[in-house]
Amino acid sequence: MYLTDSEKEFLDGKRGKAQQKAMELLVRYAEALGAERFVDTNNVCGVPGSANPFLQNYYKDKGTSEYDAIFSYFDLDSDELVEAPQALVSTCCLQGGADPDNWKILGTKPQVFNIYKDREQFAADHGVKILKTCTPYIVGNTPARGEHCAWMESSAVVYCNSVLGARTNTEGRESTSAAMLTGKIPDWGFHRDEFRYGSHRIDVEIPIESVMDWGMLGYFVGDVVQEHIPVLTGKYGRPDLIRHKHFGAAAASSGGVEMYHIAGITPEAPTLEAAFGPNKTVATFKYGVAERKRTYDAINSSAKDTNVDYVMLGCPHAALEQIEEACRLLDGRRISANSALWIFTSRAVKEQAQARGLTEIVAKAGGVVMTDTCSAFAQAIPPGTKVAALDSAKQAHYLPAIMNIQAWFGSTRDCINAAITGKWNPETF
Amino acid sequence: MTRIVLHGRKVVGGRAEGEALVTHGTVPGWGGVNPVQGVITEVRHELRGVSFANTILVCRGAKGSSGWSAMYHTARLAGTAPKALVFNEMTTKIALGAVVMRIPSVTDLDCDPLDVIETGDWVVVDGDRGIVEIEKRRSI
Repeated sequence: MYLTDSEKEFLDGKRGKAQQKAMELLVRYAEALGAERFVDTNNVCGVPGSANPFLQNYYKDKGTSEYDAIFSYFDLDSDELVEAPQALVSTCCLQGGADPDNWKILGTKPQVFNIYKDREQFAADHGVKILKTCTPYIVGNTPARGEHCAWMESSAVVYCNSVLGARTNTEGRESTSAAMLTGKIPDWGFHRDEFRYGSHRIDVEIPIESVMDWGMLGYFVGDVVQEHIPVLTGKYGRPDLIRHKHFGAAAASSGGVEMYHIAGITPEAPTLEAAFGPNKTVATFKYGVAERKRTYDAINSSAKDTNVDYVMLGCPHAALEQIEEACRLLDGRRISANSALWIFTSRAVKEQAQARGLTEIVAKAGGVVMTDTCSAFAQAIPPGTKVAALDSAKQAHYLPAIMNIQAWFGSTRDCINAAITGKWNPETF
Repeated sequence: MTRIVLHGRKVVGGRAEGEALVTHGTVPGWGGVNPVQGVITEVRHELRGVSFANTILVCRGAKGSSGWSAMYHTARLAGTAPKALVFNEMTTKIALGAVVMRIPSVTDLDCDPLDVIETGDWVVVDGDRGIVEIEKRRSI
């Protein structure tokens, strides 16, 4: 592959040992992809230096400092121990494993919480912005159209490409940590114009309005196109940030959708023809009443028992308007003694919710607003939970597999009703 | 014994052989796999509950979360990673995952490996030369 003089300097070790190891990993990765060069990036979202208990234990005693050991051997996949340097380019830390205020409620053990706290300090000390959310685009990281990024978090990646028109592949732990030290990422996939055109057409034949509608449509689209690029045309209204968030997150979970076009709406799809560019339509799928029902049943396939122990909102992390809506739906009532309500969001949104008294409203109802993580990511549910209710198709896709529980999927109203009554009794479908 | 040879492109070099584990779907990462046990856990996956440890994993590609590489990287540390990868559709997830698992991997084959390879076949993957040799378990 072609390397610039500055890239050769990284590889020769002239820019530092860790930077050399980072570049070696990026070259192995670029060659695996078949990329011919790198692009420069000044916008990285990753989880540098983070550790779960498995990694913490695995790398114990394997370096002078366990921080440098994890960063060297895992983040950079290096065989040599190197000292972790400062981030070279703008880098944000995505979600983590515990809530800094409510970790005890979440069920995090003190020693595990201390690992997360130390890891956060490690990232902060190395120049990483502590966003602690899967929704960087809600809390200030909104790259400009065309900007080259290196992001992890599939729901953020699909938003970045599709809604913002910025450019990122779904990067991983190792590639983002390497990009953080070099400002380089392989020029492959979504960085390139020719890769960004649609290939599969989705004819939407029923109105798509609510957040739940968009979530189900996203789940259907991911299932039928898998990792390809869908182009939607048809009867939808104009989705807002929250609807895009739920659509993209679902499509990235049931399949591997990293970019979608909505004709007449998203920035690279002024028209249906423009969205496909030179591509032929590989396949066309219809989304009508039958497909909607099939999708609803698929998302709900793990659920049987209508007694609901746990309601989780905030996947991807709730926007302020979603916390407002939950408060409106609670309407001064208390949740059932048999049920729990946890709402997950970012630290920045929680601060706004606190300023408005919304976290207090949730607390008075018997719920908790938490930050940094979610049940799937933290692998944390209230003790004894057998059945959860969720308003996110993405969370409903992951949580039953991760926690071996049943999960109902429905509207936010269905979920709040379940929290209040302890029963799943959906009005919405 | 039927012997078939496929030619493709190197993703990661090295040579490995073993029994094939084939899925016509895409392989999940974070949230759909238990890397320490080396088992697929995704609810509706055709390989749910099946171990990929020490197999030659033959699949369409990777899907799901950006945690794909970190999951299979963890599997390498836990000793549960596949021995080699043979796949059709290139993505950043599977490329980075193959790199950090450090296992021979081949793609862009001259014949669809999902049509040729069945679970249980004996497969030799030569990553550097991009060659996949298959000994069919049963004659075809």
